Amino acid sequence: MWFKRVLPHLVIWPPLAVSVFYVVSYTLWTTWLSFTDSQQFASNNWVGWRNYASIIGQSKVHTAYTNLLIYGFGFVVLTSLIGLLLAVLVDQRIKAENLFRSIFLYPMALSFIVTGTVWSWILNPGLGIQKLVRNLGWTDFQFNWIVDRDMAIYTIIIVAAWQASGFAMALFLAGLRSVDADIVKAAEIDGASAARTYVSVIFPCMAPMFVTVFVLLLQFAIKTFDLVWVLTAGGPGIATALPTLVVYDYMFERGQLGRGSAAAVLMLSTLLLVVVPYWLWRRRRATA
Amino acid sequence: MNRTATLSWNRVAIYAALIFFSLIYLAPFAVVLLNSVRDVREIVGSSAIGFPKELRLSNWSAAWNSYCINGHCAGIAPFIWNSLAITVPATLISTMLGALNGYSLALWRFKGDNFVFALVVMGIFLPEQMKLIPWATVLAELGLSNTAMGLVFIHSIQGMSFATLFCRNYYLAIPPELLKAAHIDGAGFFRIFWHIVLPLSPPILIVTVIWQFTSIWNEFLYGVTFTSGEQQPVTAALVALTSQIAQAPEFGIQSAAVVLAALPTLLVYIFGGRFFVRGLTAGAVK
Repeated sequence: MWFKRVLPHLVIWPPLAVSVFYVVSYTLWTTWLSFTDSQQFASNNWVGWRNYASIIGQSKVHTAYTNLLIYGFGFVVLTSLIGLLLAVLVDQRIKAENLFRSIFLYPMALSFIVTGTVWSWILNPGLGIQKLVRNLGWTDFQFNWIVDRDMAIYTIIIVAAWQASGFAMALFLAGLRSVDADIVKAAEIDGASAARTYVSVIFPCMAPMFVTVFVLLLQFAIKTFDLVWVLTAGGPGIATALPTLVVYDYMFERGQLGRGSAAAVLMLSTLLLVVVPYWLWRRRRATA
Repeated sequence: MNRTATLSWNRVAIYAALIFFSLIYLAPFAVVLLNSVRDVREIVGSSAIGFPKELRLSNWSAAWNSYCINGHCAGIAPFIWNSLAITVPATLISTMLGALNGYSLALWRFKGDNFVFALVVMGIFLPEQMKLIPWATVLAELGLSNTAMGLVFIHSIQGMSFATLFCRNYYLAIPPELLKAAHIDGAGFFRIFWHIVLPLSPPILIVTVIWQFTSIWNEFLYGVTFTSGEQQPVTAALVALTSQIAQAPEFGIQSAAVVLAALPTLLVYIFGGRFFVRGLTAGAVK
């Protein structure tokens, strides 16, 4: 009999405990390593902020965070704009709505390794668009951003926006459809044009959805790894390095676990800088 | 008359824009599909964007079972099996445990359950880079380094975060009176789960399974970090194939391999798209 009472506890707690424990302990673990002199193997020698001081001085880290700023901003703006445009288009009581939605969203079901590989050919000047256009007769046509140090980061923005704008569309569409139909009708009766109704009535009503989309896309940008890995591998040189690649480089290419952990914690801090205000904002809205 | 004329021009513009964007979205897929039946000399000679002059179906068989990847000349097939051997068990285990977690968090409320839930959801936000060294250490301790089992282990545990989120939020909608009544009738934890909660669960379980399958199949960083050679999942093998191509281009075969690697999640998307989208937005908005 006592066993019957204990059994549920034996089943409830272990999976719950594991899912909590690994999150907390891994975070502490990596944070601890970031304060040690770990090289190839983990060590427990406390070195204070030395790893942080050393990586913050590195030009590669500067480049990675500058890139993140450009990429994060460009990606969020471009993806939101396209996503919003697609959502509005799909929302016009069109035929074959499901088909169009599926086409815009299918990249999200694919691995970045798959899409990135294909895009790397399309963007490769000797193989893709540039070659195609030159073969057609415009022999001095140039589109070589992916191998251009100054422009390569923009190719990452283009491909990431292509992959994720359907996702933004799905969220915006949910937002559009949650707006009170009476308000929209009232605006139409007042003689507002369709464009005017969207900009001045519908979009303001779904302002919270904009915040959600921006935050989700931004945290997605901070975590981007696979896409850059297949598209440019952080190159040419370190022109498209991102914080995620820096962590990998320290940990597995250079065998500096302490510095790699510091870079990972730095990345997590960036993420928290975006996500924590959002959480607080959501909580305030939920209780208000 | 005038009004309907402008109205229909609006419609034309809307459909034109929709079709324009559709073409942009479909173009990369068309490129890889066409290349998969083109001769490599033709691709290198003209460009990677074009129609095949003659169908070269042998790319597909070479990609499937004879092209060399990681020094192992059996095509992409063994790596697809690896990915299946990782994805299927990890999907089932994480979904099962997540449903159980969701059930206890939503319906067997205890002190601090919301805090526990918040910590579980934290697992979704925590970047993979924070978990790399801990996972590597744990896998080594368990003797699971460089095995499919190791990746099953990782994804089963990590997958619980999303599965718990989905199921807990879904189970919150089950009226507590239903459980109370069952409880008074003498039904315990398992009877209630089995006879009341589980029969209500198929919609959320389908969403969870599809979501887990897609994200585990597409995962790359753990695959490439924790396995090597013949043990790699298909995403890591594709990258290995790409770096090989840099020396001797075989774009046709590689294209076929890319399509084969994408096929499972693409099929899941085609047949379970609306569940996938529900997972995507549910995970996002919560």
